[in-house]
Amino acid sequence: MSSRVRAPFALVAPALVAALLSLVPVWYLFQTAFTSGFAAVVDELFQSRTLQLVLRSLLLMVTVTSASVVIGVFAAWVVARSPLRPRLLLIIAFSLSLAIPSYLAAFAWVSWIPGISGFLGAFIVLTFVCYPFVMLPVIASMDISDPISEKVALSLGRTPFGVFRTVTLGQSRPAITSGALLVALYVLSDFGAVAAMRYEVFTWVIYGAYRAGFNPSRAAILSSVLLMAALVLTLIEARVRSTRDTFRLGSGVRRATNIQFGVAARIATITGAVLLVALGAGVPIWRAIYWTGFDSSNQVQWNVVINSIATSFGIGVVTSVVTALVALPVALLSARYRGKASQIIEGSTYVAHALPGIVIAISIVYLGIRTLRPLYQEMPLLIMAQVLIFLPLAVASMRSAIAMSTQSLENVARSLGAGSMMTLLRVTIPLALPGIMAAGALSMLSSVKELPATLLLRPTGTETLATQIWKFSSVSDYASVGPFALAMILLAVVPVAVLTATTRQGVAR
Amino acid sequence: MTLSLSLRDVSHHYGDRLVLDSVNLDVPQRSITAIIGPSGVGKTTLLRLIGGFEAPDKGRIEVEGEVVAENSRLIIPPQSRGVTIVPQDGALFSHLTVGGNVAFGVKNRRSAAARARVKEVLEIVGLAQYEKHRPSQLSGGMQQRVALARALAPHPRVVLLDEPFAALDAGLREQVREETVRALRATNATAVWVTHDQEEALSTADQVAVMLDGRMQQIANPATLYQYPVSRQVAEFVGDVFVLAGTSVGAGDRVQCALGDAVPIAHACQNGPVNIVVRPEQLTIVPEGAAGSVPVQIVGSKFFGHDGVIEGTLSTGERVVIRLQADQLPQVGSRVGVTTRGMLLAYTD
Repeated sequence: MSSRVRAPFALVAPALVAALLSLVPVWYLFQTAFTSGFAAVVDELFQSRTLQLVLRSLLLMVTVTSASVVIGVFAAWVVARSPLRPRLLLIIAFSLSLAIPSYLAAFAWVSWIPGISGFLGAFIVLTFVCYPFVMLPVIASMDISDPISEKVALSLGRTPFGVFRTVTLGQSRPAITSGALLVALYVLSDFGAVAAMRYEVFTWVIYGAYRAGFNPSRAAILSSVLLMAALVLTLIEARVRSTRDTFRLGSGVRRATNIQFGVAARIATITGAVLLVALGAGVPIWRAIYWTGFDSSNQVQWNVVINSIATSFGIGVVTSVVTALVALPVALLSARYRGKASQIIEGSTYVAHALPGIVIAISIVYLGIRTLRPLYQEMPLLIMAQVLIFLPLAVASMRSAIAMSTQSLENVARSLGAGSMMTLLRVTIPLALPGIMAAGALSMLSSVKELPATLLLRPTGTETLATQIWKFSSVSDYASVGPFALAMILLAVVPVAVLTATTRQGVAR
Repeated sequence: MTLSLSLRDVSHHYGDRLVLDSVNLDVPQRSITAIIGPSGVGKTTLLRLIGGFEAPDKGRIEVEGEVVAENSRLIIPPQSRGVTIVPQDGALFSHLTVGGNVAFGVKNRRSAAARARVKEVLEIVGLAQYEKHRPSQLSGGMQQRVALARALAPHPRVVLLDEPFAALDAGLREQVREETVRALRATNATAVWVTHDQEEALSTADQVAVMLDGRMQQIANPATLYQYPVSRQVAEFVGDVFVLAGTSVGAGDRVQCALGDAVPIAHACQNGPVNIVVRPEQLTIVPEGAAGSVPVQIVGSKFFGHDGVIEGTLSTGERVVIRLQADQLPQVGSRVGVTTRGMLLAYTD
């Protein structure tokens, strides 16, 4: 191709700033890792406990990702293709576990079945926390893909299951891959579930290294290993994405395929769906209510609870708005101006995702102490740390929404006199608005649930729901956790509802 | 004659593949030019170059005398060319109403003048009452007319239509095509229209350009193109034909073949062996043995309603096809005489 459309500067500049910000923790990481010299790094890396750590983390990542893909695709299929209705209720029910932070879910399970602690507990909790990451993009992709190709496959003699396996799954592959990538990265960087389950993977050990001896060098070296794993995942994702191609010819109304459903299949589907909701969202909600009811001995301090809610909510709103604003240029660039530069920019925001929140938080602590002293332990630094943590999630969600609308729409806009920036503002962004709103809602949710950065960077005296739950749960004072846990679950339901509503809008279009 | 669009020696590659090979094209103002050719011949690439979504590797493109691209330099970007497009699938903006779509390219689109223009154009395509509707509420044919209205509204210098009816079913296609031509004429638009449907091109365009293998083979008005194709390839692409072997005789203006010893031809040819291209309507059936006729054995017959086509074999064993009124179709197996009307086409290739 002889000529390429060049990305407008107004897009490249903010994207570049986002990428550079994302690399601040990496810069800190390498600086710290090498403070004790190269030999110390080699020594630390080749200890047998490091190898065990790698194996345990890999085991958890692979098992949780596989299970999340299976469950996520099943849930997406129930919503988008099965005859079960109403659709809105199904999406809300399946997304509820997204509203529950991993440490809260883990404490719920452990307080119920103490023996589950360890790998099994971490696997169960993380799978139920993570499967919506696969489900949501797959629903969107199933909605947008033309069911006529499924009918064609049926008419070519495939069985309904064969059609699902070849056509439906085939068309959803980019969404599944992108969701699986998010799950894998999430498992690597999750702190709450593994800490509550006492399963020794990277994040927990890194946290221990900081807390116990305040050994920043060992923690930084281990974090570097995590970073490498994230880079590999990012490269695989880029490779998979470059081969994707969605195509639909002609215009007209899309109609969902009405697959004939036997009684047995119907019962199996309903059982699966009910079980999923019961184990994913049901257990933590039931435990939270149970804890609160248990709380007859000491008085609930409602003003403390309300204060925490207001604080969590406020931080969440600001964080989600800033995250959306920072993520949008990166997503636009990567969806519409494929090239080396845009891939590097997008990749560098992914790097931040694999860094455990605790590492990002501590790097921002250092940034505050060394460079931005007046802001240390003030809101702006906490917001910045959270934005860096949620950026990859927001970019991924926005990018797939933008990639769904066809380029020919933008060509039409340009032929009608709209320049590159006007085309983005008048066509690309409005069409991707549901995806952008979804990204904002996701960031809001994540902010309310976020624990390590909030623990370290909150202004003195500020308590959020997350820090309160952590404080009481880690000493098994579940009676006191109850009201905060319930409040967290209720507060998180709002963004889940927004998410659901926007997913639904995507269908109506 | 003022030219709205002119292409000079435009060549373009995709990788190693030469998609366009020294294409020349002149489009007069207020005319409809159809570009026809089989799929994958480079027609859509040509539109992309004219629209400004790519620059040609070689050659020059002018819009109303202004050079917009030359030798892999994109001089004027798409948004400043005044060249609008109607894509294959319509590509309506689903987040805007029908009115919003049509207003998209109109200057000061919230002004009274712009609103009047939107109404006017919607009136022309017959969708005035759908201004407030969403594109998803319209049928495929209506969506395509909105796409046309959107392209016409800003008074473009050229409108490009890329197989605009390919996705519509046959009955609807003809109706929407007629409405499209009427709208183009009513707005005095200059249009370049890409299609693989030669009947569509012949019935609607002022000039038809035939593209084969990345080259512009012939540009002519429909009647000339049909009667005097410059090559056997073009003749075979435009309209139905069958081919007979023959020899050019005399001053090169007659041929000897199974249809007669001195049949007149359209283009003079060098004496020697030629391929003779005959259109089914150039043959007339007469009783067997009539003066000047040759015998034909009828071997097949197709009924189309308004007319029909019969297939037969000549004494040489060569196949002929004859178009007739439906009530005159002879029985399969019978023998008839055949005479030739008008001038045949003969090519040495």
